[in-house]
Amino acid sequence: MAPKRIRARAVSDDPEDLARVPLQAVLLADSFTTRFRPITLERPKVLLPLVNLPMIEYTLAWLESAGVEEVFVFCCAHAKQVMSYLENSQWKSLPKFSVTTIESHNSISAGDALRLIYERNVIHGDFVLISGDTLSNMSLTRALQEHKERKKKDSNAIMTMVVQRSKPSPITQQSRLGTDGLFMAIDPTTKQLLYYEENTNHSKGTLSIDKMLLVDNTSITLHNDIQDCYIDICSLEVLSLFTDNFDYQHLRRHFVKGLLIDDIMGYKIFTHEIHSSYAARVDNYRGYDTISKDIIQRWTYPLVPDVLSLGNSATKLERQGMYRSSEIGQSRSAQIGPHTVIGTGTTIGSNTKITNSVVGKGCTIGSNAVIEGSYVWDNVIIEDECELRHAIVCDGVVMKSRSVLKPGVVLSFKVVIGQNFVVPPYSKVSLLKQPTKQDSDEELEYADNNSDTLDSAATGTMDKLNGDPLLEFSEMEHHVSSELGYGGVGYIWSLCEGSHEEEWRHSVAPIPAEKLAEITQVIEDDLELVSQDSNAPASSGELKPDTQINAEDDAVYFEKEVEATFLRAVNENVEVDHVILEVNSLRLSYNMQAADCAGAIFHSMMKLALDAPHSMQNELLRNVHNTVNAWQKLLKSYLPGKDEEIEVILKFEEICLESVKELSPLFTQILHLLYDKDIITEEAIEDWESEKKDADEADRVFVKQAEIFLQWLREAPEEDDEEDGE
Amino acid sequence: MPDVQTLVNELLFKLKKRKIEGSHATARQTAILLRLVISQQRIPYTHQAAALIDAVKAVGEQLVAANPVELAVGNIVRRVLHIIREEDLSLSTVAMVGLNVSAVSDDEGDTDQDDHPVLSAAAVAAASRNTLRPPSLQTLLEDLPDSAAVPHTSSSGDDSEGKSKSADKSSRSRRLKHDVIEAVNELIEDISTSHEQIAEQAVEHIHQNEVILTLGSSRTVLEFLCAAKEKKRSFRVFVAEGAPRYQGHLLAKELVARGLQTTLIADSAVFAMISRVNMVIVGAHAVMANGGVIAPVGLNMVALAAQRHAVPFVVLAGSHKLCPLYPHNPEVLLNELRSPSELLDFGEFSDCMDFGSGMGSPLLHVVNPTFDYVPPKLVSLFITDTGGHNPSYVYRLIADYYSTDDLVLQRKPAPVN
Repeated sequence: MAPKRIRARAVSDDPEDLARVPLQAVLLADSFTTRFRPITLERPKVLLPLVNLPMIEYTLAWLESAGVEEVFVFCCAHAKQVMSYLENSQWKSLPKFSVTTIESHNSISAGDALRLIYERNVIHGDFVLISGDTLSNMSLTRALQEHKERKKKDSNAIMTMVVQRSKPSPITQQSRLGTDGLFMAIDPTTKQLLYYEENTNHSKGTLSIDKMLLVDNTSITLHNDIQDCYIDICSLEVLSLFTDNFDYQHLRRHFVKGLLIDDIMGYKIFTHEIHSSYAARVDNYRGYDTISKDIIQRWTYPLVPDVLSLGNSATKLERQGMYRSSEIGQSRSAQIGPHTVIGTGTTIGSNTKITNSVVGKGCTIGSNAVIEGSYVWDNVIIEDECELRHAIVCDGVVMKSRSVLKPGVVLSFKVVIGQNFVVPPYSKVSLLKQPTKQDSDEELEYADNNSDTLDSAATGTMDKLNGDPLLEFSEMEHHVSSELGYGGVGYIWSLCEGSHEEEWRHSVAPIPAEKLAEITQVIEDDLELVSQDSNAPASSGELKPDTQINAEDDAVYFEKEVEATFLRAVNENVEVDHVILEVNSLRLSYNMQAADCAGAIFHSMMKLALDAPHSMQNELLRNVHNTVNAWQKLLKSYLPGKDEEIEVILKFEEICLESVKELSPLFTQILHLLYDKDIITEEAIEDWESEKKDADEADRVFVKQAEIFLQWLREAPEEDDEEDGE
Repeated sequence: MPDVQTLVNELLFKLKKRKIEGSHATARQTAILLRLVISQQRIPYTHQAAALIDAVKAVGEQLVAANPVELAVGNIVRRVLHIIREEDLSLSTVAMVGLNVSAVSDDEGDTDQDDHPVLSAAAVAAASRNTLRPPSLQTLLEDLPDSAAVPHTSSSGDDSEGKSKSADKSSRSRRLKHDVIEAVNELIEDISTSHEQIAEQAVEHIHQNEVILTLGSSRTVLEFLCAAKEKKRSFRVFVAEGAPRYQGHLLAKELVARGLQTTLIADSAVFAMISRVNMVIVGAHAVMANGGVIAPVGLNMVALAAQRHAVPFVVLAGSHKLCPLYPHNPEVLLNELRSPSELLDFGEFSDCMDFGSGMGSPLLHVVNPTFDYVPPKLVSLFITDTGGHNPSYVYRLIADYYSTDDLVLQRKPAPVN
C-alpha cells in the first residue's frame, strides 16, 4: 500500500498526469437500508439474484464495459460473503480490471463508507460512485468527458449525477421502481442541479422552492419525470467533503441537499441525462420486479441472461422472450408462458403453468402447480398443486403440496410452508424472528457483521431478543404448527406499524384494484381541494389563474370568496383598508365590476348580522345596524356612483326574496338605515323605484312595502332645504 | 510475450460482451488469435497435426460459444483446421514421395503413416499427380493455377530431400507449423482484402445508367459501388435507411462524399420504388451452406419485393462469411435480439411499462431482432472474392474451404490429454 500512496501523491500533484490516472470506481456493496428484510438478514443485498445472477454481477459487468479499471468494493453487512463471492468470481482474473475489497464493520451509512475510503487514500482522481444494486448499460465516455470539461472550467463542479427520464405513474405518484416521486430543478442550459427533493408526502400536492433560485437563475426547469439513476461521477473533493462534514450520512438526503443549500463553498452538482441507455437501481421489491422484467425485455442489453450466463449454464432465448438454460427437465404438458426464465437443472412437472416468472437453478416443481409473476430462486422445492402469485421465494424453500402464496409474499431462505397452508398477502416469512427493537437510526442494514452464517445470525438475533436461545427455540417449535401450517418452519413477520401503507407500494405484486380505486379517489379529492384552494380567500394577495368556469359559476364563487374574506376580516379584526385591498384583488382576478363587489359585500354583511344571535326582529335590526355601522366604510368604497347603489338595493331585494326570508319584513327599516348612513343616496332609491314601476306585481313587493319610506323621501328634500334654510 | 490464455480470454470476453461485432472484425481477430495459438503450441514428435488441431479446436469451441451469432468466428476456426489438415497432408505426401524416391524403408515412414490415418489412397494418388490437394471443382472448372501453395510446398519438399535424415524430424515439425502459419497469414490477408477482391468485379455487374438499391450499410457494398464509379460508370443508388439503426444514413453520406448520385428512402418505401430498380445489391452477415443468407433485418422484405418485380437480388459476401452449417430455425437460433432502446426512447415509454398497476405483466413488448433469414430461392447471385456464384453452388464452394471433419466443433468425447 505504501508505494502506491507515494505514487498517488506524485500523480495528484501534477495535473498533466491526472488524465492518465486509471478510471476508478467505488462500489458500495451495502445499501444501508432495511427494505429487503428479512432476506438481507441472511445474505447481503448485492448477492441476491436478479434474473438468476447476483446483482453485483450486473454492476461489475457494466463498470468493466464502461472502461473502469479499478473498482473498490466496500463491504459492510455480510462482508465475508461478499468477499468470498468476489474471490471466486471471474472478475478477479481479468486483466486491466482490478477489484479490491474494503471491509468495514462499523459503517452504518454511505457517508461512513466514503469517509473510510478517504482515509485509505486509494482514490486519486475522478471516480464513479455506484451502489452494488444498480445496473446500467450506459456509456460513461460522454458523461466523464462533460464532467472533466466542467471541472476544468469551474473547479467547484465536483459531481455529475446521471439521471433518466421516466414518467411517474399518474395514479400513484410513484415511479415504476416503487420509489417516491422525485422533484428536481435543473438549469436547462448548464444542466446544473438546483433543487432535489424526494417527495415523501404523497398527499401533499405542493412544492416550495426557495425564491432565491428564481432570482439567481434566468431559467430553471422543474421535473417530476426524472429518475435518479444513483450513478455519480465524483471528483476527489466529494470524499473530503464527507470527511469535513461528519454528519453527512445519506448520499442524497444529506450530501446532495447539503451541497445545494450551502452556498458558502459554492460547490455545484450537474446532471447528465441518458436517453436510450438504461440505468436503474433496485431500491425495493417493486423495483426488483420491474427491473427483472426490463432485463427480460432486453432493455439492459447486453446485460441480458443469454449473454451474461456464467460458465456452462448457457441460457438460450427462444420465441416470445422465453429464456431456458440447458438440462431442464420439463414435462410435456407443462406450460411455460412468455417472458419466463428457467435456470439450469430445474425440473417441472406435468400441467404446471409458469408465466412471467423467473425460476432459478436446480428447482423441483411438482405437477399442477401455478407460478405467476413470481421469483423463485435456487434449489427450491415446490410440490404438487402449489400456487404462487407475485411472490419472492428464496433459496432452499420447501413448499409442501397445495400450499398457496398470495400476492406480495416474501419467503426467506429455507422456510418450509406446510401442506394446504395459505400465506396471507404481503407477509414476510423468515427462519429468523423479527427483531422487536428497531434501531433508532431509521436506515440500518442488519449490523451484526460477525454472524455471516444462518445459524449464528439466528442465535445472534435471538440472543439479542431474549438472551436464552433454548427458550427461543422451544418457542419456535411451538410456532411451527401454528404459523405456517403442519410441518412448516419459520416465522411470519408482523407488519410494522406505519409501514403497513408501504407494503403494497413496495411489494412485487401489482397494486390491487381496490387500492388503485382508493388512490384515484384520493387524487380526485385532492384535485377538488386544489380547485377549492384556488377559490379560497387569497390570503397572500397573489393572483389566481383564470379559471375556465363559466361566468355564472364565477359570480357564485366570487360571492363566496368575498364572503369568506369578509368573515375572516371580522373574526381577525383586519383593518378595513386591507379588506378593501383583498376584495380588489379578488375583483381583478374574477374580472368583476365594483357593483358586484358591493353586492357581495352587502350580502356578506347581512349574513353576518343574521348569524349574530337574535330572537326578535328588533334584535336583528340592531345587529344589522351594528354591522352597517362597523363596515360602512368598506361598503362605501365600492359605491362610487348611483348605478352601484341601485345594484345594492337590487341585491338586497334578492336576498330578502330568496335566501333570507327573515330580513324581508325589515326591508324598509334597513333601507332607511342605509339612507341615513349616506350609503345609498336619494337618487338611487328614486331610480330604483322608477325602474321597478313597469315590473310585475311580484317584483314590486318591496316597492310597496317601502311605499311610506319613499313617500317620506319625496317630501324630505323640502324639509332638508327648509332645515338648510333655517 | 503475452500469455496465450489471457489473450484468448480477452477475445472471449469481448465476444461475450458484444464489444466486437460484425463478421469482418470477428473473423480477423479470430484468425490472428488462432495464429498465435498455433505458434505458441508446443509440438510433440508424433501426432503433430493432431496436437495442433486439438489446440485450435479447444480455443475455437470457446470462441464459438462466446457469441454463437457471430458465425464468422466458427468459419475461421474451421478454415484454420482445414489449413492444418491440408498442410499436413501435403507434407506427408511429399515425405512419402521422397521416401519412395530414395527407396528407404525405415521406421519413420511407418510412424508417419500411423500418424495420419486419414491418408487415403486417393491422397497418395493425388500426391503422385503432384497436385498435392484434392482436386477442387474450382481448379477443374476455371483452370486457375492453385496459388502459391503448390510451388511453395513442393520447393520445401525439395529442401527436405536435400536434408539429412536425422534433422528431418525436427525440421518437419517446424515446417508444419511454419507452413500452417504461412497459410493462416494468407487467410488473414484474404479477409482484409476481401473488399477489394469483391469490388474488382463491380464493373461486370453494374452497367451504365442503372439504378441500384441497397439497404442499411455494408462496407463491402460501399467499396463495390465506389469501384464501379471509379471505372467511370454512371449510375444511381437508392439507399433504404435500414431501421432501427439507420445505418443507411451513413452509407448515403459516404456515397455522396464519393460523388455518387444517391437517393435515401424509408424501408417501407422499398416496394414502391423497386419497379424502378435494375438491381439490388446488399451485404450479408453470413451465407449458409444451402445458399440461404443471414442478413441485416429488413432484407427478406427487400428480397421478396425484388422477386415480385424480377429484379436481380445480388449478395456480396467475403469468403469468411461462408458458413458450412445448414440453417435450422434461423429466425430464432441464428438471431440476436438487441435492446429495444434502438426502437424507442425508454423515458418516453416508461409509463407503458409500469408493472405496479394492472395485471403485473407488461402490455408493451418491443422486439428488435438483428437479422433476417433470406431463403436461397430469393437470391439471384452471390459475389464472393472468388467470383460470382449461384446459391445452388454454395455447398460446393464450402467443400473447397472446409473439411467435413470439422463441421462439428464441439468435442463431445473430449479426447487427448
